Amino acid sequence: MKTAPQFFRHGPGPLARLFVFVLLSCLLIAEDLRFKYFPELRQTIGVVIFPLQKVAYIPIHIYDQIEGLVASFYLVEENIKLKQQYMEDREQLLKLHALQAENAQLRQLLGAVQRIETNTETKAVLAEILYTPRDPFNHKITLNKGGYHNIQLGQAVIDDKGIVGQITQLYPWSSEVTLLTDKNHSVPVQVLRNNLRSVVSGTGKNDELELRYLSVNIDIQPGDLLVTSGIGGVYPPGIPVATVLRIERDPADDFAQVISTPIAGVDRNRQVLILSLAQSVLDDLIETPKIEPQKK
Amino acid sequence: MNHKKNKNNRLGLDDYFGQDVYIPPSNGYIAISLAIALMFNFLPLHQDILIFSPDFVALTIVYWSINYPHKMGMSIAFIMGLMMDVGNTGILGQHALAYCIVVYLTLVFGRRLRIFNVMQQAPQISLILFTMQIVTVLVAVSGGSDLPTWYYFSATVTGTLLWVPVSLLLSTPLKQKSDPNAL
Repeated sequence: MKTAPQFFRHGPGPLARLFVFVLLSCLLIAEDLRFKYFPELRQTIGVVIFPLQKVAYIPIHIYDQIEGLVASFYLVEENIKLKQQYMEDREQLLKLHALQAENAQLRQLLGAVQRIETNTETKAVLAEILYTPRDPFNHKITLNKGGYHNIQLGQAVIDDKGIVGQITQLYPWSSEVTLLTDKNHSVPVQVLRNNLRSVVSGTGKNDELELRYLSVNIDIQPGDLLVTSGIGGVYPPGIPVATVLRIERDPADDFAQVISTPIAGVDRNRQVLILSLAQSVLDDLIETPKIEPQKK
Repeated sequence: MNHKKNKNNRLGLDDYFGQDVYIPPSNGYIAISLAIALMFNFLPLHQDILIFSPDFVALTIVYWSINYPHKMGMSIAFIMGLMMDVGNTGILGQHALAYCIVVYLTLVFGRRLRIFNVMQQAPQISLILFTMQIVTVLVAVSGGSDLPTWYYFSATVTGTLLWVPVSLLLSTPLKQKSDPNAL
């Protein structure tokens, strides 16, 4: 039998082989959906495919280089514009400092807990989107920064307009961000107009978020801006998340249907910022909040 | 051999199997082709284009599995599927299952498919790709996703359109350079 040519040698039939592999895949799917016993498997494969992802990014890189070259012809104009913008922003920033100081003073007067100033303690890391998944089931993106760049699980990801998502899977040189629009993703928010607190959740559709479990007579209007409330400690407070698109108040339902649309270009950007909360702040938030004695 | 080739030379595609002599592919060539296909799948495209982009890995697996079934086993398809799942940030095992079923289908229908030329194979490939997409949808739905919109299946159409170029491209390096009739 050993000398039989390869032509006649067959392993188990196709159906038997298919059965084995279907069983194996189903076990893996169940493991991945429910139990997650071997996170190392995903990590290892992630490392293996990283070079391919990097190579696939080269055309974009070249395009960026060319774009940069073309843009360099307009540098002077852009510089003037940016300087103007900087002066305008500077003025706003000065106002902000004054307001912050005033706010702190007022809060001390009220004896309130000092609000955690995550906005100033965040250290942002610029990252590029390496890959967006090809099928509409996964509202996740892959970034080109990972554990090697001191990225941690749970960090918030923003773009120039607002929240994009949160880091949910970490590889050595890349990381996965679950977008706002993912069905299993929620952000604690408040309405900027009246400080009404709620939680905004993804619906699985692009450009659609919903506020669940709000009573029918809730004070929300179309066009209201939703910003992060900072509750939960993952997202720094005050970053825009979404604008309310429409509200359906059906008296037959217990809750109003509030549909909003994300502000950040969740599916449009190439560059994003990974915000990192100072670790100590995060620890404090998870433990019972300490109430500082009033300094006087 | 040559007179046969000239007689039905309408599309230049008839010189597929039976007419031209192809050397069997080396394992390295198959590995490289799969890696390049995976890289094509990982191209960072815009979401609107991405939905139309075919699954190059599936096309490559189908090609090898039809023409050289002893070189392309389910185990390779399974491993490629796992890589695709991790890169795609999806459920681990989703594409692995789909690719294994693709290999099974091509093993069953492979002999019939090999009778046709590349052009005639395309519609039948579309059925295989469609089955693959249905499997991925079923797995995603079992994981709690919503059903995708109908244009999710446009990847099957583009995949079918790309079948001819992909298979011609993959077979080009395998064409024997010297004329076997010279001897």
